[in-house]
Amino acid sequence: MSSSPQPTPRESYRTGLRAGVPFAIAGGLLSLTFGVLAREVGFSALGAIVMSAIVFAGSAQFAVVSILAGGGGAGAAILAAALMNSRFLPMGAALAPSLSGGWLKRAAQGQTVVDASWAMANRGEGRFDRHFLFGATSVQYVTWFSGTAIGALGGSALPDPETLGLDAIFPAFFLGLLIAELRDGHAGAVALAGALIALALVPVAPAGVPVLAASIAALAGLRRRRSAS
Amino acid sequence: MSSELWLIVAGTAVVTAVIKATGPIALGGRELPPRAAGVIGLLASALLAALIVTEAFADGDRLALGPQTAGVVVAGIAFARGASILVGVGLAVVVTALLRAVS
Repeated sequence: MSSSPQPTPRESYRTGLRAGVPFAIAGGLLSLTFGVLAREVGFSALGAIVMSAIVFAGSAQFAVVSILAGGGGAGAAILAAALMNSRFLPMGAALAPSLSGGWLKRAAQGQTVVDASWAMANRGEGRFDRHFLFGATSVQYVTWFSGTAIGALGGSALPDPETLGLDAIFPAFFLGLLIAELRDGHAGAVALAGALIALALVPVAPAGVPVLAASIAALAGLRRRRSAS
Repeated sequence: MSSELWLIVAGTAVVTAVIKATGPIALGGRELPPRAAGVIGLLASALLAALIVTEAFADGDRLALGPQTAGVVVAGIAFARGASILVGVGLAVVVTALLRAVS
């Protein structure tokens, strides 16, 4: 290992790989439960594995499954996934100056943005270490894919996921991301409002609507950003 | 698997890829309009919170507390005290499984 202040792309990639390991382990467990849940709402094993391979966005995939489990339709499911993933717009925009190449290459590099990698690759002052990002994401992709395969193919051989407490992985994992997100900024009130909107609608609204409706809380950003900037 | 589910898989994949590509392609070096950035920046927090509580405090279409509620609350306390993602998730699983075993 060289001790130069500017790491080579290969060094950055390796550093990213190592930094991504804890998230990859947690993500692997999470995707295992995704594989099991997807089977329960009618996915074939192949369908669940293909979804993890080509979507690779945990919160969106769980949003889809929980809406389907509640009886929601394709439109509500895809809309929820799109809203859930809309955070990748500002994340991708922030990353843009640190990417290189033509539009196709930039678009491909943008696919490597996942929450934990993006946050860890942030070097401050608008700069991102893209090779670190690629490394941190690639190890998470491997476990996301293989965890889904294990859950989808072997879920019936496993004991009941609820007995093992595996149903707590999904909300706990996203609570970890949410609390990290709340550390910087003033999103706490918005998160609380979103939670209350969703809970208030659970007994009365059709499946999927409570989570979608929570996005209304984000409209607080219309005012707040102006005063902050 | 029904064609509706395959449609959902394809639709989710397309919207995800388009969203992830948009920033790097269209906004290279430029910033989102402040108002849009303000709303989008808060969407993840609002949606994540909604997803968490509908899993932890509800069962389908009714509000319900269960062992997983306690597991998630314990994880939240751990995260707030600086626990890593693995420790928090691990605590949630252990607490939930133990409470289920004794209840």
